[in-house]
Amino acid sequence: MTSRTLWLVVSATLAAANVASAQSGHLTLPRTVEAASAFSIESSGSGNATLFIVGPGEVLKRDLQLGETASFAPGSLSHAGHYLAVLRSDSFTDSDSFDVVPTGKPANLSFLAKPSRLPVELHNAITGAVYVFDAFHNLIAAPTQVAFELSNPAGTMQQRTVTTRDGAAWTAMDSTAQQGADKFTARIGALSSTRIVAQVPGDPCALKMNVHPDGGKLELTTDPVRDCNGNAIPDGTVVTFTERYGGTQSTVDAPLKRGVAAATMQVHPGATLSVASGVVMGNQIGWAK
Amino acid sequence: MTRFQLLLGIGTGLLAASTLRAAEVPVRVEAAPVAGPRTLEQQSKEAVIRDYLRAWESFRGALEHNRPELLAADFVGTARDTLANTVQQQAQLGMHTRYQDLSHDLQILFYSPDGLSIELADKVDYEVQVVDHDKVITTQRESSRYLVVLTPAEVRWKVRIFQSVPE
Repeated sequence: MTSRTLWLVVSATLAAANVASAQSGHLTLPRTVEAASAFSIESSGSGNATLFIVGPGEVLKRDLQLGETASFAPGSLSHAGHYLAVLRSDSFTDSDSFDVVPTGKPANLSFLAKPSRLPVELHNAITGAVYVFDAFHNLIAAPTQVAFELSNPAGTMQQRTVTTRDGAAWTAMDSTAQQGADKFTARIGALSSTRIVAQVPGDPCALKMNVHPDGGKLELTTDPVRDCNGNAIPDGTVVTFTERYGGTQSTVDAPLKRGVAAATMQVHPGATLSVASGVVMGNQIGWAK
Repeated sequence: MTRFQLLLGIGTGLLAASTLRAAEVPVRVEAAPVAGPRTLEQQSKEAVIRDYLRAWESFRGALEHNRPELLAADFVGTARDTLANTVQQQAQLGMHTRYQDLSHDLQILFYSPDGLSIELADKVDYEVQVVDHDKVITTQRESSRYLVVLTPAEVRWKVRIFQSVPE
């Protein structure tokens, strides 16, 4: 094999396929070919040869006559990566490498949002991460602007624009004050991906109990239980009523029904009544009668 | 037993790296800041690097012996599908390829907020040997920068994206 007997030129037949070429030894190759673009390889000399294109993403093999052009149709090489082109004849072997690069047009977003459910009004508690791909599932490493939007049913929206680095971008958003199903969207132009983030009420706030005597018993009821932003605490949330008297304590756990918890306890003059939900304490009432 | 024995030490510049035994491959890990809000613990860092380097062994074995099943332990998703397809193409053409990594220069780029993906860059030097019907066609030394995304599986990190990019 000598450089005088062979030269091989790989050139793009589409403008998108090749913008620069490199010469190394006996080969002149495009530095880059855009994924799935048509391209051609020209050889010189005479006789039969076999052309191999080898990479982790794809392998091609083609017999050709030296001096002819081997044309590769669109889609022949769609996986981005580093490829080796080898021309093998009876008398020589020549090779060089080139890169297949993503198309540069985002076509797929891999968007992960966490968590899917969280309390309202937490700072930077919702996170989203995006990887950007072209139509052939190649990671687009070139910087790309991604718009993140978090919108709630009331119409408020948080927006961030982040530029990808090596194909990835991330952001963090606050959960809003209002409960509901928020839409968390990552967008590049017309391409978008949306996740639903459920925002649920926070802890009860200003938990208040009322007491009414009913014969020898006390009827204890709460006001409608809400968080500090006015969101109704969901039914089923347990409220604990406690009565302390004479060194004794009795408790009743009652789930919220239609936003209110209720319980009945025995009357004990001098008792102290209190209410709580989880770690949140409500008011306290002394029963002297 | 992996042929990689990675030694990581925290330093102000580069993490010392290295290896190894007879056919061992030098590995250098750059101590650049990792993008993302989540702290990457040293144990996780070592695990992801160890699993990535092990994936190179699977990759090499699968393409040398045209055995796509060797990919299953270390690759998943797009990376596994793509490499398995390449193995199938090789088998149909009566070819195989031997990839021998010679050195790795790693940098962890991004740890996603949810902890479900880690992206790293690897400037890898390797040899590729092309074999056609048991005849060695060529052996070339190459250098390329890979972008790699790994995601956690049951007991290890698996490579989900394995793509070289022009430097």
